[in-house]
Amino acid sequence: MALLELKDLLKHYPSPEGGRSTVLDVPEFTLQAGEQVALEGASGSGKTTLLHIVAGILTPDSGSVSLAGNQLNTLSESAVDRVRAEHIGYVFQTFNLLQGYTALENVLLGMAFSAGQDVGRAHQLLERVGIADKANHLPSQLSVGQQQRVAIARAIANRPSLLLADEPTGNLDADMAQQALTLLREACEEVDAAILLVSHDPAVLGAFEDRRSLTELNRAAKVGGAA
Amino acid sequence: MKTIIMIAKKSLARHKLSTSVTAGSLALACGLVIGVFSIQEQSYQAFTTGAPGFDAVLGARGSQLQLVMNSVLHLDTSPGNIPYKAYTEMRDDPRVKLAVPYAVGDNYRGYRVVGTTPELLTEFELSDGVGYQIMPGGRVFDDLKMEAVVGSQVARKTGLRVGSHLHFEHGVEEEMGHDHEDEYIVVGILEPTNTPADKVIWCPLEGMYRLDGHVLRGGGEVYIAKPDEEIPDEVKEVSAVMLAFKSPQAGFQFSQQINGGKDMTLAWPIARAMAQLFDKIGWAHKVLSLVAYLVCVVGAASILASLYNAMNERRREFAILRALGARRSTVFGAILTESTAIAALGGLMGLLVYGLVFTIAAQVIRAEAGIVLDIWQLHSSMWLAPLGVTLLGALAGIVPAMKAYRTDVATHIVAHS
Repeated sequence: MALLELKDLLKHYPSPEGGRSTVLDVPEFTLQAGEQVALEGASGSGKTTLLHIVAGILTPDSGSVSLAGNQLNTLSESAVDRVRAEHIGYVFQTFNLLQGYTALENVLLGMAFSAGQDVGRAHQLLERVGIADKANHLPSQLSVGQQQRVAIARAIANRPSLLLADEPTGNLDADMAQQALTLLREACEEVDAAILLVSHDPAVLGAFEDRRSLTELNRAAKVGGAA
Repeated sequence: MKTIIMIAKKSLARHKLSTSVTAGSLALACGLVIGVFSIQEQSYQAFTTGAPGFDAVLGARGSQLQLVMNSVLHLDTSPGNIPYKAYTEMRDDPRVKLAVPYAVGDNYRGYRVVGTTPELLTEFELSDGVGYQIMPGGRVFDDLKMEAVVGSQVARKTGLRVGSHLHFEHGVEEEMGHDHEDEYIVVGILEPTNTPADKVIWCPLEGMYRLDGHVLRGGGEVYIAKPDEEIPDEVKEVSAVMLAFKSPQAGFQFSQQINGGKDMTLAWPIARAMAQLFDKIGWAHKVLSLVAYLVCVVGAASILASLYNAMNERRREFAILRALGARRSTVFGAILTESTAIAALGGLMGLLVYGLVFTIAAQVIRAEAGIVLDIWQLHSSMWLAPLGVTLLGALAGIVPAMKAYRTDVATHIVAHS
C-alpha cells in the first residue's frame, strides 16, 4: 500500500471577480514509503496548496487523500491533527521557527504533539544537524543556514512517515542549499521518512533522482488557473 | 499539558510588561477584597465585644448608640449627665458586681480626659482576672489629688511620662475651649490594652468636679466646688456609669426598669448597641465591597484586552503550532492557561497588597478607635478572593482563547503558491 495516495483532488479558491478559480485538479498521485520525490512547480502552480492538503491543513473540495492508511477526508479535524502530528514533518521556505523559542524548544515542539517531548532526542537531533552548540539560541540569534538546520531537525523530530518540503532552500545560497538538501535527505533516510519536495529551482530538483512535474500532475496548472 | 504550559510560559515571558501590569491590577483588586472583608469582620468583632468586663452603660435619656460610642469607644459627644445618685444606687445594688462612673468634658491635645474612680484601675477586669496594668514606676491616681493615669497610646503620641505635668483643655475635642489653670501630674502609664482605653487620660472624678471653670448642676442650680469643702452628692453629676452585673437576669431587669422610665437610658447589652452601629454604617462596607469587585472586573477586563490584542501578532505562532500537529484545543488551552496564570499571580500578589492595606487601615483604626486588628487572623476571603480572581481571569481568557482556537493555519502560515 502506498504511503500517500491522492485521487481526484479538487481545490478551488474564491476569485477576485466573485466566482471561484480552480487551483488544484490532481486526478491521481502516489508516493511509496521511503521514496524521495521532487515536484517541479512554478510560482502559482498550486504546490503549497497541494502540500497543505497532504498535511491536512487544507481540506480539498472533493477527492480523497490517503496517508499511512488514513483517509484524511473522512476523519474529524482532531483526528487529522493527530495524523499530522504523527506522520508529517514540514519544512517551510521561511522555516517558520517560533521566534520566542530556543532552537532546542523548537525541536521539542516538533515531537510534542505525537510521542511527547524528549529533551535527549532533541539534543541528538541538533547534534545531527550540526548545531548542538546553538541549542539555547533563539532563531534571531542564528544565521539563515542555522535556522534551516533547526527547521530540519524539528521536521524529523516526530519520526515522520512523510516529510513535506516547500521550497526548503529558497532563502539559502547555492552552497548552503546543497548542504541543506543533503542533510535533509540523509536525515529522512535515517528515520525512514519519505520526502515530497516542491520547488521551482533546477539546482534543487537536480538533486533528486525522482522528479515529477506539478504542471503535468495538476490539470488546473496546465490551463493556468492555479493561484 | 507540558506543552501547553511551555507555550503559556513562553508567552508570559515575552510579554513581561503587560503581564506585570495586568497581574498588578488584579493583585490590587484581590488585596482590596480581602482587606474590606477581613477588616470589616475584625472591626465588627472588636467593636461588638468592646468594653470587655462591662455589661451595660447607664446614661442620660437618649440614644443607646450614642451612649455606647461616648463611654465605650470614647467617641462622639456625651448625651448629657445623670445624677450622681444614679451611680451610688447602682453601686449599692446587690445585683451589680461593679459600677464605675465616668465624667467627660475635657481633653488633652485631643485625647479625652475621663474622670472616674480608682476602682476602674483596681477592680475592673478586662478579661477573667486581668484588669488594667500600670507600667512599672507608676501607680493608681489618688482619688483626692490632681493626678492622672495615661493610656498607652496617649503616652506614646504625646510623650507624657510619670511625673509629667499637664493642663486639660475644656471640651472633648482639641481646640474646643480654653485650658484649665489647674495642673495635673501623671502618676501612671497603662500597659497597652488594644482597646479604646489606650487613648484616654484617666483622672479622679472628684478632681473633675473641682477643676477650675467646672460647674455642677445636679441640684438644679449652678454649684461651684470650693477648696476644703466637701461637695454634696446631690449636686454631683456623671456622664455615664459603666456596669458589670452578677447575672444576665440583672441586665434584663435593669433594662426593663430603666428604659421603661423617662429619665435615663441603659444600653444593655453593649454588644447589641455596637452591632446597631455596624448596621448603620453597613452601606460603607457595601460601597467598599462594590469598589473592590469593580476593580476585580477591571483587572479581568485588562487580561482579556491584553491577550486579545496580542492575538493578532500571535496568529502565525498558533498556525505554526497547528502545522506541527497541535490541536485547536491545545492553543485554546494555552491561552486559557496563560490568563489563569496571570490571574493566579495577581491573586497571590493580592495577599501582599492585603498586608499593605491592612497595615495602613489597622493603624488608622487603632489611632481613631484604639482597636487593634490582627493581620494574621485568618479569614475565608484570604483564599476565596485569590481563587475567585483566578477563576475570573480564566473566564476572561475564553474570548482570546476562542480567537486563537479559530486561527486558520493555511491563511497565517504562509502565502499561497
